[in-house]
Amino acid sequence: MHNKSITDLAKGLRSGEFSSVELTQAFLDRIKRHSSLNCYITVTEDLALQEAKAADDRIAKGDATLLTGIPIAQKDIFCTQGVKTTCGSKMLDNFIAPYNATVVEKFNQAGSVMLGKLNMDEFAMGSSNETSYYGAVRNPWDHNAIPGGSSGGSAAAVAAGLAVCATGTDTGGSIRQPASHCGITGLKPTYGRVSRYGMIAYASSLDQGGPMARSAEDAAIMLQVMAGFDERDSTSVDLPVPDYRAELNNSIEGLKIGLPKEFFGAGLNSEVAAVIEAAVNEYRKLGAHIKEVSMPNLKLAIPAYYVIASAECSANLSRFDGVRYGYRCANPEDLTDLYTRSRGEGFGKEVKRRILMGTYALSAGYYDAYYIKAQKVRRLISDDFKKALSEVDVIMGPVAPSAAFRIGEKIGNPIEMYLSDIYTIAINLAGLPAMSIPAGVVGGKPVGLQIIGNYFAEHRLLNIAHQYQQVTDWHQQSPKGFE
Amino acid sequence: MSLTTDDVKKIAHLARLGIDESDIESYAKDLSRMLDLMTQMSELNTDDVIPMAHPMDQVQRLRPDTVTERNNREQFQVIAPQVEAGLYLVPKVIE
Repeated sequence: MHNKSITDLAKGLRSGEFSSVELTQAFLDRIKRHSSLNCYITVTEDLALQEAKAADDRIAKGDATLLTGIPIAQKDIFCTQGVKTTCGSKMLDNFIAPYNATVVEKFNQAGSVMLGKLNMDEFAMGSSNETSYYGAVRNPWDHNAIPGGSSGGSAAAVAAGLAVCATGTDTGGSIRQPASHCGITGLKPTYGRVSRYGMIAYASSLDQGGPMARSAEDAAIMLQVMAGFDERDSTSVDLPVPDYRAELNNSIEGLKIGLPKEFFGAGLNSEVAAVIEAAVNEYRKLGAHIKEVSMPNLKLAIPAYYVIASAECSANLSRFDGVRYGYRCANPEDLTDLYTRSRGEGFGKEVKRRILMGTYALSAGYYDAYYIKAQKVRRLISDDFKKALSEVDVIMGPVAPSAAFRIGEKIGNPIEMYLSDIYTIAINLAGLPAMSIPAGVVGGKPVGLQIIGNYFAEHRLLNIAHQYQQVTDWHQQSPKGFE
Repeated sequence: MSLTTDDVKKIAHLARLGIDESDIESYAKDLSRMLDLMTQMSELNTDDVIPMAHPMDQVQRLRPDTVTERNNREQFQVIAPQVEAGLYLVPKVIE
């Protein structure tokens, strides 16, 4: 049951083949059996069974949605009322959220069952899930490899069949890169498409929540629930939400695909390049036309991102002060000592590094040289995408320069870790939607293809991804031991 | 661009962020390397470029000035480290 699609599971629930309580119990059993992957920070067993019982009643009454009774899991960055919400940090190890994130509320309304809260890099800062206070997550395809980050728990859980699907968030690649490394389908929507209310902020002008699932069709069903205007998020965009499943089966004959030459330079592993080439060829067979495009400012995306994200993080994380909620140090001498030690003891090393960087970039005398400069570079990168997307319908390329690296390989070298985000980060600066879909395997580990679209073209991306998944079976492969 | 251990201490103070004395050296090294990376941006002439604060250049949405939130003080203070009589407690600020 654990590798069925949402529509198949919904059919089974409606026909009485199995109940949501049985389905939920099956997933809870799997979560226990595979706890060594460390995907979950909190498993909400009792709550899940209660929700499953309510879902069964709702299905019996005939007012179910496609997601009613479907066991899903939330990245532990989304606030869940009455349930511990840690954001992967010691700072919030004792934090029971007093309200639900809008995304959580929407899944509750749809009647889905929450299995628990998923592991992640601390405050979503990381590309390997190794910065979590709760320990690294193991990649189900290779237990010595990272699952990617920051939504590493989400990607590993879906790949291992420990949830039907999961939420993720993406500030610089945190949905797409783990989706690529774990062989699942992940979509980062257009900035403003999914509400950020109750999603613990890292870099507010870049953060965006999105679906992580086994297929484009499942991702479409999730996004249908997640997307939409929310007056509680001041940057939420008030545009109608299309029917994301309506265009899945449309032909993509005549589709214009752009390949940026900067995505295929020296830093790209040759076997990953071959996977991307083969995937593009598959699209050619489906009737797409391929064109080279250029992103001349791409290499400056990493410096611009790390200035902007660090600056926004240093401002956002100033709210963790040991006064109103979260960790407080023992026996503070005075107020400054309370702030300084609570923050010093509550945050991990990578979070501190970024707070320091951001504080420096925003401090008097450096603001123009770093922060304003980065915002100017951001515009030039965004303009590169606008120009390319006026010539083609979508842009394709790799998600990451290599397949998943080993646990411990890069954690001691933060710059090397940052550089591995080169193909994903620019998309967040521009605010565009992008997906990662499984496209091959290198050295026994999955590799994803990235598809980047124009603003609010999520329906188009899902259509293009779905068409590929009709003629290939990479998305149906399961890691050994999790079939 | 390189930062000294004194620079790190000054920044950490601005951020009210406790750093172990034994880690200061390694933060100075990491931050210096990050700054080297960021200095690459100076290669690009951006004199006439308007800074971009938000994708799609969004501006703050306005709403009618009406009360929309309830007072949830008790609910919020349940999770506070230390409260008394509805107030958050911190070490004495004024002697």
